[in-house]
Amino acid sequence: MPLIKNGQIADDPWIAVAEGETIPATGAVLVPYSVWERQRETLLSRNTPIGIALANDQPPALIEADIARFELIALNFPTFKDGRAYSQARLLRERHGYTGELRATGNVLRDQFLFLQRCGFNAFEVTTPDGAAAWGAALAEISVTYQPTADGRTTASLRRQSRPAAA
Amino acid sequence: MYRYDEFDHTLVSERVAQFRDQVRRRLSGALSEDEFKPLRLMNGLYLQLHAYMLRVAVPYGVLSARQMRKLAHIARRYDKGYGHFTTRQNIQYNWPRLEEVPDILEELAEVEMHAIQTSGNTIRNTTADPFAGVAADEIADPRIYAELIRQWSTLHPEFSFLPRKFKIAITGAPHDRAAIKVHDIGIAMRRGPDGEPGFEIWVGGGQGRTPVIAKRIREFLPEPDLLSYVEAILRVYNQFGRRDNIYKARIKILVNDLGIEAFAEAVEAEWRATRDGTLRLPESEIARIAQHFAPPDYDPVPAPSADFAEHRLATPEFVQWVRSNTAPHKQPGYSIVTISLKPEGGIPGDATAAQMEAVADLSEVFGFGEIRVTKEQNLVLPDVKQFELYALWEALKRHDLATANIGLLTDIIACPGLDYCNLANARSIPIAQQISRRFASLKQLHDIGGLTLNISGCINACGHHHVGNIGILGVDKKGTEFYQVTLGGDAGMDAALGDIVGPAFAEDAIVDAVETIVTTYLEIRQDGERFIDTYRRTGLAPFKETLYAAH
Repeated sequence: MPLIKNGQIADDPWIAVAEGETIPATGAVLVPYSVWERQRETLLSRNTPIGIALANDQPPALIEADIARFELIALNFPTFKDGRAYSQARLLRERHGYTGELRATGNVLRDQFLFLQRCGFNAFEVTTPDGAAAWGAALAEISVTYQPTADGRTTASLRRQSRPAAA
Repeated sequence: MYRYDEFDHTLVSERVAQFRDQVRRRLSGALSEDEFKPLRLMNGLYLQLHAYMLRVAVPYGVLSARQMRKLAHIARRYDKGYGHFTTRQNIQYNWPRLEEVPDILEELAEVEMHAIQTSGNTIRNTTADPFAGVAADEIADPRIYAELIRQWSTLHPEFSFLPRKFKIAITGAPHDRAAIKVHDIGIAMRRGPDGEPGFEIWVGGGQGRTPVIAKRIREFLPEPDLLSYVEAILRVYNQFGRRDNIYKARIKILVNDLGIEAFAEAVEAEWRATRDGTLRLPESEIARIAQHFAPPDYDPVPAPSADFAEHRLATPEFVQWVRSNTAPHKQPGYSIVTISLKPEGGIPGDATAAQMEAVADLSEVFGFGEIRVTKEQNLVLPDVKQFELYALWEALKRHDLATANIGLLTDIIACPGLDYCNLANARSIPIAQQISRRFASLKQLHDIGGLTLNISGCINACGHHHVGNIGILGVDKKGTEFYQVTLGGDAGMDAALGDIVGPAFAEDAIVDAVETIVTTYLEIRQDGERFIDTYRRTGLAPFKETLYAAH
């Protein structure tokens, strides 16, 4: 699955370890929450980067205490219509202060890119081959935002307030 | 009314270009219909029985004369010469060609209109009191907050893939003309102890196949907290609303499953974490938007002239029209006029391009060039001088727009039904037409008095049948259209869901059934009772008896 990170096709160094699989001796691993919960000490003792995949019904508050330990958090879109991960992403960024890689996995489509990025995702497992090219274009399609999120954009409301008074 | 600034203009123009590219990809075959569907549904474009249907947002039901002329132009140029005003104060075009939809949107953008989020599992256009800003009984003008909600909800990155569609309604008056208690969120303006504006918040109301009256979640919400609180409700819903079953996905189901106390706790907990954050409304932004809704320059007009009194005596039809189609205005000497889109035998909510243009012209002659759309699918001229009512009535008559039936039996709400809609089980429009012909006598209508009759062509309830004093629901029985009747529904502050009266009626019996209900009411009503009052006193029994006795 091609990975887009910061607008570019990127290599994916993460080894995904599913429930019941053996954790490899070395290398960055991406594990589901259940594996983290049960093998926390083992994972920490490896001294390599840890990523965690949260299911849509696992609230970010579950990992609040450990959030600084993760370099990757993956949130899934079982279908593009299932928008729970947008709320999870904003909570991770805006409430829990997560600053690492936030990856969208599953049914990730070009026409959601802007919303995803606005909610805090910065890496995307894309399903269509035109992904990387379309990425930049999709982000540029709408330049005005009304909602304050942690994406760094200045909202229309703030731009209005900083507008010089009419002469 | 609100006017776009450069930011609003840019966003809507960019959205048109974005959608034009999506249509181009569809037409070129780069997108399949399946892939295109979610994209068009983000922008009000449905595929119906015979053609595409485009739903255009009329933000909280407010239109300028210029916008109305544009809607007329679109009806003529891109459709079959008419448009259909909906129960959520929007307008639908039933025959646009896909290739031309981007052009329609571009024309709409010229007059500060769009079709953003008029479909899809998104936050839809906010419904507001059509008498906002002019009603004599108003506490505060809800349009300011409806516009704030419009901007906040437009292309909201977190809430564009909700479990299901999401509808908000707001009223600034104690008399609810926006049906707030059958919306996902209902907002009623209130004043705090020191006279400061704020809101009473209701949640989890809705119609459809599981009708529910909303529950109050907060008695008083201070003005600056409006968006943070609404966002907290949406965030709880987005995370925990059901997604496994489309019929259980509305917020009303979540509220019922959790119970209002637990739901409210979850919202309050979320809100505590955000209320002092970036969504807190700055005074300057409220003031900026409020200035757009400042009262117009009213003439200090005199009390009704001698001329007015004379017409009243000489023209009973005018008297009837004034009685049913005008409402008290907060400015002395002015009236609010509702223009009926329910002529005898007509299609509820339909207006021709010529009628739209006539209304636009009249809004300038008899007002400040502003028009409102009501959830009953009528139009409103908000600022008419009382001594000009007769001249307006004469002008409306020339365009078949002077039917004196607002709030009466033939002011029927009806969904498009099986004539257009691929969800429908039965036709709605022909039933509405037959009823309006049966009760064509204005004298009779006025004698019957205030009575709402709503028709839906299927259990999705777009025709609001649950909250009609008389509700009619089209059902399919082995390929034949039948109509189930409910009584006692009410969409106002005393919101109530109708009770099913008994077995459904065949198409050729439903109009007789309505007549039987009305006759029964007239026989048993006590002095001054409206239909709903009588029903609340007697219940179903007398109606059941007369409806089914002979069978």
